[in-house]
Amino acid sequence: MADTLTPVLTDNWDQERAWTLAAYEERGGYGALKKAFGMQPDAIIQQVKESGLRGRGGAGFPTGMKWGFIPQDNPKPKYLVVNADESEPGTCKDIPLMMANPHVLVEGVVISSFAIRANHAFIYIRGEVLHVVRRVQRAVQEAYRAGHLGKNIHGSGYDLDVVVHAGAGAYICGEETALLEGLEGRRGQPRLRPPFPAVAGLYASPTVINNVESIASVPSIVEHGPAWFASMGTEKSKGFGIFSLSGHVQNPGQFEAPLGITLRELIDLAGGMREGHELKFWTPGGSSTPLLTADHLDVPLDFEAVGEAGSMLGTRALQIFDETTCVVRAVLRWTEFYKHESCGKCTPCREGTWWLVQTLARLERGVGSESDLDVLLDQCDNILGRSFCALADGAVSPISSSIEYFRDEYLAHLTHGGCPFDPAASTTFPHQQSASAGVTA
Amino acid sequence: MALDEKTHAELEEIAARYPEKRSGLLPMLHLVQASEGRITPEGIETCAAILDISAADVSGVATFYTMYKRRPVGDYHVGVCTNTLCAIMGGDLILERLKEHLDVGNDETAPQREGDQRTVSLEHVECNAACDYAPVMMVNWEFMDNMTPESAIRLVDDLRAGTDVSSTRGPKLCTWREAERVLAGFEDGLADEGPAAGPASLVGLKIAREKEWSAPSGTKKGGTT
Repeated sequence: MADTLTPVLTDNWDQERAWTLAAYEERGGYGALKKAFGMQPDAIIQQVKESGLRGRGGAGFPTGMKWGFIPQDNPKPKYLVVNADESEPGTCKDIPLMMANPHVLVEGVVISSFAIRANHAFIYIRGEVLHVVRRVQRAVQEAYRAGHLGKNIHGSGYDLDVVVHAGAGAYICGEETALLEGLEGRRGQPRLRPPFPAVAGLYASPTVINNVESIASVPSIVEHGPAWFASMGTEKSKGFGIFSLSGHVQNPGQFEAPLGITLRELIDLAGGMREGHELKFWTPGGSSTPLLTADHLDVPLDFEAVGEAGSMLGTRALQIFDETTCVVRAVLRWTEFYKHESCGKCTPCREGTWWLVQTLARLERGVGSESDLDVLLDQCDNILGRSFCALADGAVSPISSSIEYFRDEYLAHLTHGGCPFDPAASTTFPHQQSASAGVTA
Repeated sequence: MALDEKTHAELEEIAARYPEKRSGLLPMLHLVQASEGRITPEGIETCAAILDISAADVSGVATFYTMYKRRPVGDYHVGVCTNTLCAIMGGDLILERLKEHLDVGNDETAPQREGDQRTVSLEHVECNAACDYAPVMMVNWEFMDNMTPESAIRLVDDLRAGTDVSSTRGPKLCTWREAERVLAGFEDGLADEGPAAGPASLVGLKIAREKEWSAPSGTKKGGTT
């Protein structure tokens, strides 16, 4: 059985100048690329299929299968697009990965592009992370200079150009078809699927879009083989993933582990909860995944078990909240986020998220009655599964799950005439007074 | 006022990076901001002309994305994350204090006082993917991790005084226009500044080192272990 933590993508993060080509090659970097060029492209696709790698951007779609959907007999050019638009609340793994280890992504891009026979690849990075853009731009530049990119790479006869493309602020561009719209220079509104990007994606051409962590996992699969990857994780959720812990734990941070680790183990590794406090609720995979509670501490964090527990593994964005936290406040803020980020294309989301905020904000202020909870759930019902894309489904998750587990807390706002919690108590500086109380210490 | 020749040439250069030139629009608008300090009508018209699309189409894109500004921002555009986790960890209190201290509303530039060397604008931002460093602030899209109301006030006061301030995980802060230029795809040579990873990013790795945990040893032969 694998160790509790299995650093692969994070293994160089403590290396001096880890982001440089020199440091990466010192550890054997670009060795997998060399190996890949000795293989047939279809054999690489087969290895990725056998490894069991599933998309690390939240949906968990089998990566090799997605690559296999590219119609190689289609005369249009093929494209690889990396989704580096990390914006799901609580998700913070791709950003530090690109800052510390951009070359594992670049090497993954070359191998993956070679496998699907793409001669152009794009890395779409959200614009709000300047230093990440710098580091990835630099890594691509270094790769060109070293001959890992460009024409006739290492005498293989294979050409690849990579463009680093900065976004400009839109959570919805993390949705793959909206990302393609942004990459084509348009407003980031999702497209209808089918056709799926594998058949008609960028410029209506066959396109593979994968998350940063998915592509970054490819070099190690080629290097060590699919059985090595599949020796980690669980039966249907193979391999390792970066688990991000944030919130009311002693030591928030990144933990690279086989899929299937539990929250209890992770909180323990993070030094436990804040002194004197208890776990109240958490998200397994970002704000778009239904909330879970202390009852779920021993659920294996893989796609299947979290699904059975009534949520989704998503991006392993574990936001941990203790008993000082008001659930209603947390859910209202997430709902305001979804309303803010709605692209406006479809009525259920554009109007629905607006209505959700109206209803929820009143409840949070202690105005209204218990039947307003039914209004809220009815609004959720009119949105879930009825919108053009999954953004609105994500908006509904915190609301319906919080009412399921914390209905009493909503009612307490009504009887209390507002929020009964002290917001200062959940901050990282709880002993200082809030602004409204006067000058802080 | 029309864009200068150099900017025009660079806009065309951006468009030429892509198989279809319209793909250049998002980075082109970043360059317009670098050059003009905001999205201007002239900037929109120039992009439209280069890409053979309408100014209305370009305006549609410029008004969709939150990083594009129609009104000038400060030399330092300061963001406070107020998405749920950061808000709860202290972001709400930080934003409240800063609004008071700077006497501004959301997405506004603070009036420049006598003696101020630089200007500052303030905006609440959504999750910036640094949740293990909450409460998070951004200055010109560089990370300022683990902030408190006190350190936030010191930060904006230092920025306005013209003091050099560094990102917690990056270089000395550049101006907003300089940052926009990097986003347009023109590097500024600062990629080597800052650490590989901050302390929170390394928490798991440190434990793995202490306990001598690692991934299974691989085989270079591929296939079976």
